[in-house]
Amino acid sequence: MSDQSWENLSNQAIAVAGAVYFLALLCHLGQWASLRKLPADTEVTTGRTAMLGRLGVLLTVIGCGVHLVGLLGRGMAADPNRVPWGNMYEFSISGAFFVALIYLALYRRLRLAWMAPIVVGVVLTVMMAAVIWLYDPVAPLTEALYSPWLVIHVVSAVIATGAFTLGGIASLLYLLKSRTTYTQKSTGYLARVPDLRGLDRISYRMHAFGFPVWTFAVLITGPIWAHQAWSSYWNWDPKEVWAFITWVVYAAYLHARTTAGWRGRNAAILALVGVATLWFNFIGINFFSTTSQHSYAEGSAPISVTGQVESGSSF
Amino acid sequence: MSEPATPRRAGELTLRETARWSWRQLTSMRTALILLLLLALAAVPGSIVPQQDVDSLKTSRWQEAHPTLTPIYEWLGLFSVYDSPWFAAIYLLLMVSLVGCIIPRTAVYWRAMGARPPRAPARLDRLPHSASYTTQEETDDVLARAARVLRKRRFRVDVRDAAGDATVAAERGYLREAGNLVFHISVVVVLVGFAMGSLFGYRGGAIVVVGGGFANDVRSYDDFLPGSLFRQEWMEPFSFDIDDFEVDWLESGPRSGMAQNFVSHLSYRESPDAPEEAYDLRVNHPLSIGDTEVFLIGHGYAPVITVTDGEGNVALSGPTVFLPNDQTFRSFGVVKAHSAEPTEIGLQGELYPTFAFREGREGGPYSAFGNALDPLISMTVYTGDLSMGSGAPQSIYALDTSRAEQVTKADGSMFRLDLRPGETAKLPDGAGSVTFEGLQRWNKLQISRTPGKLVALTGVSLALLGLLGSLFIRPRRVWIRVRREAGQTLVELGGLDRSDGGDVAEELEDIRQAIKEDA
Repeated sequence: MSDQSWENLSNQAIAVAGAVYFLALLCHLGQWASLRKLPADTEVTTGRTAMLGRLGVLLTVIGCGVHLVGLLGRGMAADPNRVPWGNMYEFSISGAFFVALIYLALYRRLRLAWMAPIVVGVVLTVMMAAVIWLYDPVAPLTEALYSPWLVIHVVSAVIATGAFTLGGIASLLYLLKSRTTYTQKSTGYLARVPDLRGLDRISYRMHAFGFPVWTFAVLITGPIWAHQAWSSYWNWDPKEVWAFITWVVYAAYLHARTTAGWRGRNAAILALVGVATLWFNFIGINFFSTTSQHSYAEGSAPISVTGQVESGSSF
Repeated sequence: MSEPATPRRAGELTLRETARWSWRQLTSMRTALILLLLLALAAVPGSIVPQQDVDSLKTSRWQEAHPTLTPIYEWLGLFSVYDSPWFAAIYLLLMVSLVGCIIPRTAVYWRAMGARPPRAPARLDRLPHSASYTTQEETDDVLARAARVLRKRRFRVDVRDAAGDATVAAERGYLREAGNLVFHISVVVVLVGFAMGSLFGYRGGAIVVVGGGFANDVRSYDDFLPGSLFRQEWMEPFSFDIDDFEVDWLESGPRSGMAQNFVSHLSYRESPDAPEEAYDLRVNHPLSIGDTEVFLIGHGYAPVITVTDGEGNVALSGPTVFLPNDQTFRSFGVVKAHSAEPTEIGLQGELYPTFAFREGREGGPYSAFGNALDPLISMTVYTGDLSMGSGAPQSIYALDTSRAEQVTKADGSMFRLDLRPGETAKLPDGAGSVTFEGLQRWNKLQISRTPGKLVALTGVSLALLGLLGSLFIRPRRVWIRVRREAGQTLVELGGLDRSDGGDVAEELEDIRQAIKEDA
């Protein structure tokens, strides 16, 4: 297959994955719409509602598979072939993929059925934003990105992003749910999500997984690569600064969970602050700062051969 | 003891008590948390306001554009946030808080390492997790087997067979706290490594024309940023020549115009008497000489320009570095022929590597491509005093025209040199001539010495290891009590999860089964 046909395949696969995720979202919305009427302690295992739920998960699995094809196609379309994370579009669709993948992998173990409509919604939103605003044709990478560290550094950052995003969803629901008390007989979506303890635990597990991976990405592989490419392992580049801020906020989250007066609500707020800094760094900072060696924003000084040549890239 | 002369008011503290109270506050988790959040907050401005150390050009442009804010920002240290006293205050306080927290915890941990698992509580069924079963066996047999099962599961086991109360106390997961301590100590190690780099290291940049050479001496650098404790004697006496520089230009596709595959062919000597060696310097592949590393970080063009003065003598001839403005390598440069007679000659203007012209009101000359397919220099000429004798340092990329006069044509209209390689133009009024001989390339090299980088890397790797331990090792305690009751042996088990996220109930059930079935 030629590079062009790989690229077309990738674009089509991403579109199809988006459509399948959308159908999955519809199924989950239908499922939760009918669950709304039932008391929280009623388990529904048969009938249309349960089938919609299973169909939603099945569609998410299919969507995730097609999504993977889309990512592989991006990598195969490049010459030379490479990992599909060379610009913002590719980071975003990879990030969305890992959110979906981690959710599916932990679906049974952590009983994440309640998370389904939100996760699928988030994945779909990120993919749409990527396709509409961040799309970039397959292109050769900036010189500095030709490094084995591209694979290690970016994949770990993107996986951590996926885990933190899922943890953030659990923390958000924790905050929403903590505003009111629910009984076994309450109805509605929030009554059906796990109790506060359960939400806190799921959130913690996601963060406990994400934090070391983020540490590895931001404080180990990032500096090693930065040292090779830019001569200094820590440059206080805006992207580095925000990655550090994210790291510090999540460190605060982990400490808050063990500190009297901070656990529960405050920890959940910190988790949300963490997710906000994370996604701001992922996308936002590129639009705020053109000095970043990570941003490769247009119109910036060209003296460097290492960056600032192509538009839109991140980690 | 006698009463103090002045009775103390309620809540009044002596100096010593105040100090102790402050220390307690500082080393409390709550303070550490607030300091962490402050650190995150304090790091923000440095990503928004341009930083002197990161991009000095952008910083000075920003300062020119914001004359009112600049003095305020300067006073606040916002142009070098990460060196500012208030940023340092936050992380130093955080470090003190961390050390103050770690030392007592290490002592506690040390004692706990040698201690026996705590004795069984009176009522095991009141623990969060408990189980029991009855059997006909003797208590001693059950007790011994329980100890064996727990040891096999890598618990630290303590059997207490006091009169009437036979218990096994077991604990595992001691390494969680060790991981926690290692993580926090490693943070200090990382900071030490980082500090070594910024105190004893240096970073410098040099632009070297291809074909030219570089000797490692402070005077060879265009910009040089030493650490505050850096000493020049530490500079390694290496030298190198750039023999050739290759670059590929993409001529099609979405990144058309982008350059890639930069290779700079160097021949270098580690010291003046060392043998010459060759190295292909590429992005991501720095050259290491001793503790110093050489990085290829930029490239550009240096037109070779010859200026002949009004008396017919060559006043200046050689490559002049032009700095690119954008990725088409439209570059700006200055030529200063201060030895020209009867008057000094200065040129300033642009190089278009692939000259093109756009018609219309917004039009003008531009460079269509970064590669030098059809290079042209377009420069204006100044004669008079270029203010080079004043002794004040002058940028080689700027022409001081305050005491010079722009050369115009005889009719007073603007005079501009537009030269392609090999072309010569005469200056009006017999002031001399300018020849554009050809184009050479230059490389921008970053040269740095970063001591402590391995210290920092070791620190951060240990921190990750410790972190994994502190997050995923689950400390838990299990107690088993065996006693005779109503002619049977009652075996009670109780479990306590000392982290959360563990599944002690399941483990307790496994242990119960194991003790029961081994019978």
